[in-house]
Amino acid sequence: MAENPDRRWGGAVRWDTVVGALLVVLIAASFSFVGDFGNALNISFLIGNTLPIAAIALPMTMLVASGEIDLSVGSTVGLSGSVMGVLWNDGMDINMIILICAALGIVCGLVNALLVTRLGLPSLAVTIGTMAAYRGIAQIVLGSNSVTDFPQNYLNFGSGRIAGTFIPDAAIPWLVLAALAVVVLHATGFGRSVFAVGASQEAARFAGLRVKRIKLSLFVATGLISSLTGVFWVLHYASATYDNATGLELSVVAAVLLGGVDFDGGRGTLGGAIAGVFLLGTLQNVMSLVNISAQSQTVVTGILLVISVLGPRAAKQSALARARRTNRSMTPTPSSSFL
Amino acid sequence: MTPTFRRPRPIALRVIATAAVGPLLALGLTACGGATKGSTDAAASSAAAGSGTSANPNAPTKTGLTVAFLPKQVNNPYFTTSDTGGKTALTALGETYKEVGTTSATDTAGQVSYVNTLTQQQVSAIAVSAQDPGALCTALKQAMSNGVKVVTYDSDTNADCRQLFISQASAEDLGRSEVDLLGKELNYSGQIAILSAAQTATNQNTWIGYMEDELKKPQFANMKLVKIAYGNDDAQTSFQQTQGLLQQYPSLKGIISPTTVGIKAAAQYLDGSQYKGKVLLTGLGTPNDMRAYVEDGTVQAFELWNPGTLGELAAYAAVALASGQITGAQGQTFKAGSLGTFTIGAKGVVTLGQPTVFDKSNIGQFNF
Amino acid sequence: MTATLEPVHVAAQPSRTLLDRVLRMRELAILVVLVLMLAATQADNGAFLSEQGIKDLLLNATILVLVAVGEAVVVITRNVDLSVGSVLGVTAFAAGDYIQGGGNPAVAFLIAIVVGAVFGVLNGLLVGIGRVPSLVVTLGTLYIIRGLDSVWVGSREITAGQLSSGFVSFGHDGVWAIPYLGILAAVVLIAVAYYLRDYRSGRECYALGSNPQAAALAGVPTRKRVLGAFVLCGALAGLAGALYLARFGYADASTGTGYELTVVSAVVVGGVGFTGGTGSVYGAALGALLLTSINSVLPAIGVSSVWVEAIDGILLLLAISLDRVVALRVAGLLRRRAREARSADHG
Repeated sequence: MAENPDRRWGGAVRWDTVVGALLVVLIAASFSFVGDFGNALNISFLIGNTLPIAAIALPMTMLVASGEIDLSVGSTVGLSGSVMGVLWNDGMDINMIILICAALGIVCGLVNALLVTRLGLPSLAVTIGTMAAYRGIAQIVLGSNSVTDFPQNYLNFGSGRIAGTFIPDAAIPWLVLAALAVVVLHATGFGRSVFAVGASQEAARFAGLRVKRIKLSLFVATGLISSLTGVFWVLHYASATYDNATGLELSVVAAVLLGGVDFDGGRGTLGGAIAGVFLLGTLQNVMSLVNISAQSQTVVTGILLVISVLGPRAAKQSALARARRTNRSMTPTPSSSFL
Repeated sequence: MTPTFRRPRPIALRVIATAAVGPLLALGLTACGGATKGSTDAAASSAAAGSGTSANPNAPTKTGLTVAFLPKQVNNPYFTTSDTGGKTALTALGETYKEVGTTSATDTAGQVSYVNTLTQQQVSAIAVSAQDPGALCTALKQAMSNGVKVVTYDSDTNADCRQLFISQASAEDLGRSEVDLLGKELNYSGQIAILSAAQTATNQNTWIGYMEDELKKPQFANMKLVKIAYGNDDAQTSFQQTQGLLQQYPSLKGIISPTTVGIKAAAQYLDGSQYKGKVLLTGLGTPNDMRAYVEDGTVQAFELWNPGTLGELAAYAAVALASGQITGAQGQTFKAGSLGTFTIGAKGVVTLGQPTVFDKSNIGQFNF
Repeated sequence: MTATLEPVHVAAQPSRTLLDRVLRMRELAILVVLVLMLAATQADNGAFLSEQGIKDLLLNATILVLVAVGEAVVVITRNVDLSVGSVLGVTAFAAGDYIQGGGNPAVAFLIAIVVGAVFGVLNGLLVGIGRVPSLVVTLGTLYIIRGLDSVWVGSREITAGQLSSGFVSFGHDGVWAIPYLGILAAVVLIAVAYYLRDYRSGRECYALGSNPQAAALAGVPTRKRVLGAFVLCGALAGLAGALYLARFGYADASTGTGYELTVVSAVVVGGVGFTGGTGSVYGAALGALLLTSINSVLPAIGVSSVWVEAIDGILLLLAISLDRVVALRVAGLLRRRAREARSADHG
């Protein structure tokens, strides 16, 4: 590998490492100084409430790395929940319902994918449209109803913890999913193709990569994970309403961007994205515990987001300046390792 | 020779991975066993009201308790007034007050998060106005099992997720009286419409149910409810919904808006349009918001309760619960300072009293 | 020799007028859809286009038109400004706060515009200096401005009773069916369109959005243009905030929340593509008018408000899909014409 200015300085200027470090520091500080933070109950709250964002951040990271974005995820979560509520009221078996919701998610992802790949439309505009469309359909489907009487053992799965620990039951499937995602993105040819597509779509196509198919599979994966998250959301909060998860997409995008995934495509790691998700989640948890108002939390989120893009640029500028001084040649390479 | 990447495998891997998630999940689910709505038992969880420990009416009122107010939305003037009322009561009793909440009235996940935080902080009691009747239940039940007393005010949750509900006025009183008010103004004839808040709002839907029931009475035979519009407690949406109502039903005579945001928007629209004075508006609004419209005749009368008093009562109830004087069972009574003594009704509901009607004659006396 | 030169000249002209026609066609298309929709609604419900009805349609659209015009300029330079909703909220309250304290309404308008412009400078500098994706930066400033607004406003609110009656009546009065707010918006629209078309710095925005590297190489001061676009967008969002206050007679900490996505939808429906360098502010204004009209049309014909959001989303998807299909067709047409011209040349 050619000289990588980031590596030269021990990786300290890589933003995802910074985010990971910030997370560790925050957790350590909170354990020591915030009395109500460091117990099993609170940690389980933190993880449980962050799980939806953490789940969707996995495919979203890959999507952003390939140069696209999906703002319809929150509405897919809501639509999946609404369909779940309606079918449950109609008396369908719960397992059947969950499978239907999964299929629904695939369809939602397909719509986005086809509009972006077949018609060549910008994903930002398309997913703003599908965001409104899916939410609207959720409203038509479920209306003003709120469905809460799901089977108790499923509800327990949605909000329970593994006996005696701080780990929510639902964290296990998420860990499996995260491991799968990390392997696919960072250790397979497919993952490398994703980064290649993000770095330059044209070059990737000329190199023989099936750009359209890659993007299609990413959108479909995002839709599927979103609808499954919708099912989890309903079970976790024991409530299916049409406006579940309104605004979730911005939180996911903010967390992924905070984790150093480059919006221009072609750079980023899942480790960074996951660290970004939990950094934001932990910050909100801790700030609430020390009675910082919701409004101030919003300001902090915004500042972090701005720093997350200015930071790496500033770091790169300083690295380049230093390198220029010592007269070395720089060749940027795409990051393809995690953590 | 064109270079070929390993095309088939990565895609196949991706497809397999994606496809694997589904069956994996299904496999896990089938292990849990299926269920349908009809086959599940009725809510197995024990009712929170009046369970276990018995009340001791003569127990001394504890001091130094922390009671947290968690409204539907912070920075909402209505809730600020109610929560300040709670603060006044708590300070008088020697307890500590705190207020937390989300900035949006439709952020149920955020509200649940706050319940979790308060449980963590081991507050003595939570007074919450719920955005959604079911979403908070798991968190509230967890709070109660950790010894935190839960009182809802303004907007209720399912009955088994809290110990008491402080109701501003009986839902029935509110619904029926608003229809009566409009009926009188319209001489009991004409088309009317309702401009509500969010489609899922518990309190509005309950009131609307009573309104529809009241309209079935014989004296309202000539009044017809033509539409219920939803303004989502957003100014612009409520505005446009009002316009829509008037365009769809040009002979509309009256509108009931049982939400302070909706009535304000509807009044503002009517005030600036050709319908001013021709279409009568009533509903729930605060005196300060409505003063301008009452004075220029756009609105003749509207009603509300005093949100500050509501908050006070919620505070007293929370303290009484935390001191062990009541457990939330029907028939128990508790003292609420200068407000008097209150009796707990069925399903743990405590009613503040009758709504107050505001019109030109008395609006000057109020400042909230 | 002249025989071979002429066909080239003849071939060049038709393609230019074709392109012109296409551009105008895009705005025309929205206009046609709008007129058809309104006509259909009027046929179904005779009260729809009454004097009050028309005035309402125009008033509803005004605020969105103003913000959409500003946003369109930013999108033309291949950026996006997501903080417009938060800016609208802050300026609406700032204007109200000033009037409530006994200030002159005209000065309140100025304050709103200046505050908006200041936030525009902030965005423009961050995007220009950091050269970072405007999506991320303005997402961040969306949060920051909203948070600061909430902290500043707290639980205060501005109600109609606290505003001078002149200010409020400006918000809904007009000349017959044309509201004053509508006239103001039209003036702004024409001014910005004129600037973009007839001033060099305006045309440079298009160049910059179409191909940033080429524009920079051609000597376009890219950072300055981007900064200018964001300042204009912020100022217009500020003006819209003051108008919002006049129209609705109300402002609090949650004013304008979520507005940014409506604005972006209007701009996209209006034909201003995210790839930059295309579209016009007239298109954005028509897109805004179309979107707000739908929200009035549906209730007027009795469609439940439950359908509004779904229809908005599908409309947006249709608009951009149609755009794309037309663009592909036109490109194909142009290629064929060029080929024909070349073969006529050699034939």
